[in-house]
Amino acid sequence: MSACLDISNLSATLPSGQRVLRSVSLTVQPGEVRALVGESGAGKSMIGKAVLGVLPPSVRIVEGAIRLEGTDLGALSAKERRRLIGAKAALIPQDPLTALNPSRRVGPQMTDRLVHILGWAADKADRRVRQLLDEVHIREPDRVMKAYPHELSGGMRQRVLIAAAFASEPRLIVADEPTTALDVTVQKQILRLIAQLQQEHGTAILFVTHDLGVVAKVSQKVTVLYAGKVVEEADTPALFANPQHAYTRALMAATPKYTDPQASLKPVDESVLAGLAAEIAVADHDWRPHG
Amino acid sequence: MILQRFLIRLITMAITLLGVSVVVFVIIRVAPGDPIAMMLPPGATDADIARLRALYGLDRSIVEQYFIWLSGVVQGNFGTSISLRQDVMSLVLSRLPATLELSIFALLIALIIGGPLAIVGAREQGTAVEAGIDVANGAALSIPDFLWGLALILLFGVLWPVFHISGRVSPRMDLPFVTQFYLFESIFRLRFDLTRDLIGHMFMPALALALPLAAIISQLLKISLKEVMTLDYVTLARVKGFSETKVILREALKNAALPTLTLIGVQFTFLIGGTVIIERLFSYEGLGNMAIDAVINRDLPLIQGIVLVFALIFVLINLAVDMMYALLNPRLRHG
Ligand SMILES: Nc1ncnc2c1ncn2[C@@H]1O[C@H](COP(=O)(O)OP(=O)(O)O)[C@@H](O)[C@H]1O
Ligand SMILES: [Mg+2]
Repeated sequence: MSACLDISNLSATLPSGQRVLRSVSLTVQPGEVRALVGESGAGKSMIGKAVLGVLPPSVRIVEGAIRLEGTDLGALSAKERRRLIGAKAALIPQDPLTALNPSRRVGPQMTDRLVHILGWAADKADRRVRQLLDEVHIREPDRVMKAYPHELSGGMRQRVLIAAAFASEPRLIVADEPTTALDVTVQKQILRLIAQLQQEHGTAILFVTHDLGVVAKVSQKVTVLYAGKVVEEADTPALFANPQHAYTRALMAATPKYTDPQASLKPVDESVLAGLAAEIAVADHDWRPHG
Repeated sequence: MILQRFLIRLITMAITLLGVSVVVFVIIRVAPGDPIAMMLPPGATDADIARLRALYGLDRSIVEQYFIWLSGVVQGNFGTSISLRQDVMSLVLSRLPATLELSIFALLIALIIGGPLAIVGAREQGTAVEAGIDVANGAALSIPDFLWGLALILLFGVLWPVFHISGRVSPRMDLPFVTQFYLFESIFRLRFDLTRDLIGHMFMPALALALPLAAIISQLLKISLKEVMTLDYVTLARVKGFSETKVILREALKNAALPTLTLIGVQFTFLIGGTVIIERLFSYEGLGNMAIDAVINRDLPLIQGIVLVFALIFVLINLAVDMMYALLNPRLRHG
């Protein structure tokens, strides 16, 4: 059985030629949650965008492949790729305040993929979205669907976005720091909600976060990223029990209590960073784009 | 709250119009040239001149003249044209529709050219297509409307005569119209032969007025679109599987249009100002053309009337823009 998501040896560059992703490989098996953890700027979102086909125009994939349920995205035309991603993948974005169109009502923003991309009848899409709104504990679906985004709180909007992501029964969801922009109290609820829906629907999730506390809570597998390079990959319990890489250990040490989702990362020890810089310099020196 | 804002708005509008009327009133009276001397033959006696001055109230002080004029205006009486010896209001009303039709037609052309160019430019950002659009915009912007008018006359009036270059409608045409809105009425009456003739006359002056505005719309809307297209909800729409064109039309356009809309309002008032010279250039019988005659003849009441009507139109355009802005922006609509 092929992996839900299989990224192999993916490198991406900026116009300057500098690599932002350095031969990244990772897989997400069906129904599995893989955390992608690293500091801000490590390239986590870049990987998510590459998977969803929405890299900024300045970023170019120069080697490697992304396979979604076995289909190589790079081998498809732009239109085929768009359709495939629209049908099989979804995004739970970082900031619920900017991820809904301010001038469109919430309902159509939730149903438009079902109706216009997947070709569902309008009433079926409507029922489906209401069911999902119920699953994310929104008790007034009529009001919410008729509302404009600014009439809803941040937590409500993130529920809406989660419901919309699950509504199309995607095989893979990219959740890009879905709780970072929320209030502390809301963060826990949203995290629990995503975990619950993930289990009920059996959806694979690539869960991007900078927070080891979140990693411990939601994921079975974890990939640690530094400067666009995978530094460690493990089962989540194994990673916490026995971190292999000095950077992972430093991250853990720098997190006051990694079960506390509010804790922010403290600066990593300088000697570890120097070691990483050397590793990356070596990797870049040996690297030649194949394509 | 909304009523209060509306009232404040009305008061501001009234003050603006008053201010404009005062400034124009003073300027045209201190500027050289005597309307009475111009309407009489060279041999007129001082007594004749004095009698006519008194008739038009020009023997009084400026302040007195202003308040006499203002009290008339408040009652809907804008005085009598010195050169045409007709009621100013009916003169203005007879010409205003021609200018409004020309301006609105020009605005439509500008939107039809500028809007799609902006969308294509945003869709093809970073490509040669976008660069080409930028160059065309730059060219259209750096040439003022009256030069476009001259160029169009040369091109489509002289070298390749496909459009009329003078007047509003062919003289041989039999006009069944009861209003001065010829174009609207011809469409309304299904007299498409007349519609064609009217557009044949209107097209070139309208295009000359439209080209600089089209460039502004295209450029500004493209910039706004590109900005909006980096926002998260646009990314989300792409992930959903929508094509770039759909993404622009469904998600980006409405929000990107807001800043452009305000600017179109301001630029549209400039465009209407441009009709004064363009109408002259194409001998189009509108208000602008009449304004130039009024200035040449020092026809003080007519100038005042025309300027006040232009000012009123500008103020109303600004009001319309604000209302459309509120309509397009749900955040404002719901307080
Ligand atoms: N649009 C862009 N163009 C060029 N570089 C970018 C762009 N967006 C992000 N980057 C760079 O790519 C790197 C990875 O960014 P990102 O994936 O957003 O990091 P993360 O999500 O891990 O915080 C950063 O160094 C960032 O400066
Ligand atoms: Mg990020």
